[in-house]
Amino acid sequence: MNPIIRFSNVTKRFGALTVLRDFDFEVKQGEKVTLIGPSGSGKSTVLRILMTLEPFQEGTLTLAGMPYHEPDGHGPFKAREKHLRQIRSHVGMVFQSFNLFPHMTVLRNVIEAPVRVLGLSRNEAECRAVDLLNMVGLADKKDHYPSQLSGGQQQRVAIARALAMRPRVLLFDEPTSALDPQLVGEVLGVIRSLAHEHDLTMLLVTHEMRFAREVSDRVCFFDKGQIVEQGEPERIFSSPEQPRTREFLASVLG
Amino acid sequence: MTWTQLLPNLIKGAEVTALIAVASTLLGAVFAFAAGIARVSGGRLLSAIALTYIEIFRGTSLLVQLFWLYYALPLIGISFDPIATGIFGLALNIGAYGAEVVRGALVSVSEQQREAAKALNFSGAHTMIHIVLPQAVIEMMPSFCNLAIQNLKDTALVSFISIADLSFHAQSLRNLTLQSVPIYTLTLLIYFAMALVIAAAMRWLENKLRRGAAFPKGAAS
Repeated sequence: MNPIIRFSNVTKRFGALTVLRDFDFEVKQGEKVTLIGPSGSGKSTVLRILMTLEPFQEGTLTLAGMPYHEPDGHGPFKAREKHLRQIRSHVGMVFQSFNLFPHMTVLRNVIEAPVRVLGLSRNEAECRAVDLLNMVGLADKKDHYPSQLSGGQQQRVAIARALAMRPRVLLFDEPTSALDPQLVGEVLGVIRSLAHEHDLTMLLVTHEMRFAREVSDRVCFFDKGQIVEQGEPERIFSSPEQPRTREFLASVLG
Repeated sequence: MTWTQLLPNLIKGAEVTALIAVASTLLGAVFAFAAGIARVSGGRLLSAIALTYIEIFRGTSLLVQLFWLYYALPLIGISFDPIATGIFGLALNIGAYGAEVVRGALVSVSEQQREAAKALNFSGAHTMIHIVLPQAVIEMMPSFCNLAIQNLKDTALVSFISIADLSFHAQSLRNLTLQSVPIYTLTLLIYFAMALVIAAAMRWLENKLRRGAAFPKGAAS
């Protein structure tokens, strides 16, 4: 089967700083992949490029066979908005800082995009939204505003909001890093239940190593813009081959 | 003349002042949003046009702008009645200042909100209208209140283009009666009362927007 995500020779620079260098990476449909590594190693950049929040300078990237640059030969950073929106329709993202819309109720946050972007009727969108809010355990908060919710609740709403667009690929960018420790569990619980969704492809950047071990099909260790080592979580965590992986795991697992 | 005899004349002028102030503030808000949005996300050409507009009207005297619209424009074949000219001139002026307020508030909405909108596949226009503007408008209100009151006071200049506003009536009453103290005291009080009404109206509007948005000061994260 063709991979749903394929980076080949992708180079991403911020000015003089090269964040990804000749980066090759493939993800199969339905695969749950966790990216771990020191901060600044380029893990989040991989997600941000996939979400089209960052352009890249060299190489090719395809999602479900669609190239991020247009087929008529424009460079990746010249890709037109219409084409990018087509790509975005398959991808969703959950951010570290939740980024709910503060001027909308929980329900509005979840139905806004399905109604305005997908053109769903308000009734249909609300039915789906209530189902999703039930799934994340927050249907009773649907008329609250984000500022009235805890961080953990806000992040669960953000997950429901992303799912309401029915993405094929869902990206999680350090979803629990901004949370108080006692709120981490409820968010991980929701993500764990999503990991059972057979068709949903998940890419997760996280510092929760035990969680990564538990939900991932594959763990990739990043350092300095490259994947140093990857494999099944059991093997990466119990017998890492590369010295840099061993060093990193020793530092975070204590 | 006693104070009570002066008052009806001044009130007549105050009605004209109120009309001009309200109409030019509303029209000015339209200019402010158009130019402010063009500056932030209008592309290179629209942004340059907006910037030119802002700089010209901020950088020249309002009185000369009014003279230009009233005396010079008809000579090149375009003329309005004095009231329309006054409203238009004041609106262009307040719009130029307001555009910078709009721009500042739009830019202050965090980049993360725009990224969240992009991740949900909103179009650029939708992101502006439904995500960024509703949050930014609340930030604009205190500055808009200042501008509206400033504009009320600037309306006094329209008396120079033959509009019978409050200042015009005060001036003619003084020429007639030479009673400077009561006339100008009353005139100041009337301007002050109108400014209080504007401030109260703007505060009401801000509170309504804030409640509608339901996020208290500083809680938007």
